Amino acid sequence: MAQAKFRFTFPQDLVTEPIIYNLGRNFELITNIRRANVTDDQGWVILELEGDQDEIERGIAWVTENKVRVDPISGDVIEG
Amino acid sequence: MGYASVLQCKECGREYPLEPTNVCEFCFGPLEVQYDYKNIAKVMTKESIQNGPNSMWRYKELLPVAGDDIVNINSGFTPLIKANRLGEELGLTNLYLKNDCVNPTHSFKDRVVTVAATKAKEFGFDTIACASTGNLAGSVAAHAARAGMRCFVFIPADLETGKIIGAAVYGPTLVAVKGSYDEVNRLCSEVADRHGWAFVNINIRPYYSEGSKSLGYEVVEQLGWKTPVHAVVPAASGSLYTKIWKGFKEFNQLGFIDTPTTQMHLATYTGSPIVTAYDEGTKDVRPVKPKTIAKSLAIGNPADGYYALNTIEETQGSATAVSDEEVVDGMLLLAQTEGIFGETAGGVTIASLKRLVKQGKINQDDLTVAYITGSGLKTQEAVEKVVQPLHVEPTLNSFEDALKATR
Ligand SMILES: Cc1ncc(COP(=O)(O)O)c(C=O)c1O
Ligand SMILES: [Zn+2]
Repeated sequence: MAQAKFRFTFPQDLVTEPIIYNLGRNFELITNIRRANVTDDQGWVILELEGDQDEIERGIAWVTENKVRVDPISGDVIEG
Repeated sequence: MGYASVLQCKECGREYPLEPTNVCEFCFGPLEVQYDYKNIAKVMTKESIQNGPNSMWRYKELLPVAGDDIVNINSGFTPLIKANRLGEELGLTNLYLKNDCVNPTHSFKDRVVTVAATKAKEFGFDTIACASTGNLAGSVAAHAARAGMRCFVFIPADLETGKIIGAAVYGPTLVAVKGSYDEVNRLCSEVADRHGWAFVNINIRPYYSEGSKSLGYEVVEQLGWKTPVHAVVPAASGSLYTKIWKGFKEFNQLGFIDTPTTQMHLATYTGSPIVTAYDEGTKDVRPVKPKTIAKSLAIGNPADGYYALNTIEETQGSATAVSDEEVVDGMLLLAQTEGIFGETAGGVTIASLKRLVKQGKINQDDLTVAYITGSGLKTQEAVEKVVQPLHVEPTLNSFEDALKATR
């Protein structure tokens, strides 16, 4: 079992979609939300995924295909 | 022993022991080092500082290290110069430049990395790592060499080789990652999680970032124990910007200066989500894909963006985004008035300063400090156009003719 932390950013048209719910249903993943903020035109969620490493990667690929931006929670780490 | 006490979550306030970790286990918020200021005040005085070494380690009590085994290539204590010619150009009579180009690996990153490397050694790591396209890579590799530590530098596979010579020379293992910027980012976070390595800006980040406070302390000391009315600071993640302000506040807390009233001005590239949020009056930092000539500032998902916006608010400062053209003009203006060849980030600072004066945010006689954080030798291609020699035959006549044509 692996765990990984992410920040999902949802564009306006996806804010009302049950993406995280579906992520947990369609993949063998446990989703655990720690912080979130939703405004009129976008939202972000900081969460942990638990499951097989491969399953985490498949889940992230699916979320990304669905136009959700996925970032590491520590922000960009490639510095100048 | 040192004076750092705990790591504290910036979001929920939970405290953790001083360990190599950067996120709160509860809310995943970022952790920050806290200090025992009461005991620092007992040992740290203006005199003790002035009698300290000519490096940023004269402020050791306010840096989060425990012992005396510093990984030191002599970072910091760089010149603060009065910029009369540049000031005249911009309409300022009281302008100073903090010239951090002259650090050992030619950027302010030496300040953060000396703390990170020292801390990594204290924690017992034998390997130090980073992901970087330039300044950070060079600094980490140099400190690793000095400390005799193993070093890994992750770079995007499509990075021009010339960009990385300044790091490769110190002998790190370079890992060229195929894939997008985002994928490199993700991989590094995962490697930091899995391997027992000190990733300077991931698991060591709370300690690493504290090194930037020294750019606040030094300016205060060099100005004769006072803060400027304005500070103009280049920002990528926003860490340096927030930590300079933290440095000012700590010096006040220790009684070295009055309550600082500096207006902190953040300078960065056009498109930065920090400036977008500032312009829109929110603190919602929305990640972007950066596009700018100022590669050292090209962070699309700034870790400290939200906290930088808080500092802007707290200090009645501002955030300015400048264009590639303005960056180049800024670099040339700085070089041709003050003899300082700063990198593109320096161009960003000078271009922003120019705008702030035009907008009336900085007045003619205001004591102003602009931070020049890296050397232009690293980003020479940005100003290639300046090379326009007079072409002459090897005869005096030919030379005189060419000379006449320039008049
Ligand atoms: C030359 C230079 N100046 C300023 C910065 C800004 O750093 P920060 O991420 O702390 O905002 C960087 C970061 O890479 C840099 O390389
Ligand atoms: Zn927390």
